[in-house]
Amino acid sequence: MTVTTGPTTPTAAATATRPPAITATGLAKSYGDKVVLDGIDLRIPEGTVFALLGPNGAGKTTTVQILSTLIPATAGEARVAGHDVTRDADAVRAAIGVTGQFSAVDNLLTARENLLLMADLHHLDRREGRRRATDLLRRFELTEVAAKPVVTFSGGMRRKLDLAMTLVGDPRVIFLDEPTTGLDPRSRRTMWEIIRGLVTDDGVTIFLTTQYLEEADQLADRIAVLDHGKLVAEGTAEELKRRIPGSHVRLQFADADGLAAAAALFGAGTRDSEALALHLPGDGSIPALRAVLDALDAASVRAESLTVHTPDLDDVFLTLTGQPRPGHPAGSPSTSNSSNSSKENAR
Amino acid sequence: MTTLSYAVSDSATMLRRNLKHALRYPSMTVSVVAMPVLMLLLFNYVFGGALGTGIGGAAKGGAGYIDYVAPGIILMAATSGAVSIAVGVCVDKTEGIVNRFRTMAISRASFLTGHVVGGVIQTMVSIAFVIGVALLMGFRPDATPVEWLAAIGLLALLTLALTWLSAAIGLVAKTPETASNIPMPLTFLPFLGSAIVPPESMPTGLRWFAEYQPFTPVIETLRGLLTGTAIGDSALIAVAWCAGLTLVGYLWARAVFRRGATR
Repeated sequence: MTVTTGPTTPTAAATATRPPAITATGLAKSYGDKVVLDGIDLRIPEGTVFALLGPNGAGKTTTVQILSTLIPATAGEARVAGHDVTRDADAVRAAIGVTGQFSAVDNLLTARENLLLMADLHHLDRREGRRRATDLLRRFELTEVAAKPVVTFSGGMRRKLDLAMTLVGDPRVIFLDEPTTGLDPRSRRTMWEIIRGLVTDDGVTIFLTTQYLEEADQLADRIAVLDHGKLVAEGTAEELKRRIPGSHVRLQFADADGLAAAAALFGAGTRDSEALALHLPGDGSIPALRAVLDALDAASVRAESLTVHTPDLDDVFLTLTGQPRPGHPAGSPSTSNSSNSSKENAR
Repeated sequence: MTTLSYAVSDSATMLRRNLKHALRYPSMTVSVVAMPVLMLLLFNYVFGGALGTGIGGAAKGGAGYIDYVAPGIILMAATSGAVSIAVGVCVDKTEGIVNRFRTMAISRASFLTGHVVGGVIQTMVSIAFVIGVALLMGFRPDATPVEWLAAIGLLALLTLALTWLSAAIGLVAKTPETASNIPMPLTFLPFLGSAIVPPESMPTGLRWFAEYQPFTPVIETLRGLLTGTAIGDSALIAVAWCAGLTLVGYLWARAVFRRGATR
């Protein structure tokens, strides 16, 4: 298996037999009446990469916060590295490393001082702390800027330092909450390389959250799709892709009447009233397209344009979460998402 | 290591971090010192003549009004120091590093302890500086070494109380800007006490407030220790206020910190 493409760990069959690094049963969290996490079950074998995929406000960050002992769950149980997250929080903390979506670095210190701060808090002796800091700076290509205050760093450098700080304590389980959100494509690829290296070189377990199917596809052994606090699908990237329709045909209309007429005509399909578009499941083959056009003609319904879509993340969300992906031009974020999107889009 | 020695070493690590911030970015410390120094200049050289004459009995001899006003303004260094603690705690919170600390197996108390101890050290340095400026401007305390020690102890106690309160404010505030605004009334409160003029000269309602607010007994005790005016039961009330506020601030900060992730 090559290092640069696809998941880095052996085979699904081999990983399934390993002891779990993370388990959760009926994990739930609500704030008053607002249910953020609605009973999720997880079983993540050691030494694998698990991706939690979902739109803004789906509950990804909440899941990470519970598993990393930041907030208590309202119901359910979770064990990380063999320890209960509520009863034995300190043992969990000793085994994990967390890199949140907001880089948790000390802006007023230099990169090296940030790493040494972590070494001190892990109670490493001075020489060992210095050695690890130097190693990590080299590994993350930060040696040249080691003595510069972090406030001068770019987003990508900051994220690398953040991850380096997480690694000072030699964690067995690493939580990465949207590790590449807001990064440019180049920094994103660098980050992916680093994450792959962690699994191949160090054999750690990684729990990753992301909005990008591509990222999950690139890194994860298993992917779970989270929507409105519920797991709506789980499996390998291949298994998930099989659940997504091969492609769909998008019909665009000039007015709502045309859309309504076409919707009545085809029965199946998803209406996007705001964009005056109708999405019809179908593989985009010539006979299928001809059938669509013939049906429109026969009913004298006039479509403005027709486009064939091959599957992408939008289709995953459309199919598995029953809503267009927030932020996509064709879809509009549902109200439950927009209430939380400011939090996740802040940087 | 035992839990206690972890708590001590983690707090020491946090303290080192905060002191490093203070040394490397002195602008906050400078602004903490600047406010009381400006007040001292303003009230001694601009208003001093008129106020000194008005107060009369309180300021006898050549040095005059500065001996009355200096203790009150020295105390303002403690209140303006509190603002910088609130901002420091809030910046840590909003930048996410607090959440990193929370997911590490470190002493829960160390983050706040580091901030509070660091804050008290910083503020005491500011206070020493303001005392120095007051001495240069002609402040002539007649305190014995024991009285000096008691005065410094009282200032440290007040600083500890204000620092714990500010730490809680920093955790509660949504942004560093809010965190710097909320403690503002604290810096104004000494004016509505006996810092600048005796409460006897104020209208009834205000005088009642001035006599019973926490800063007045602290100022009166400080003035008594440094310049030999009557202290009476002010010392006891001052210590009680400081101890009470410390306890409230500590419990409040601890409760907010324990409540979990702050965003």
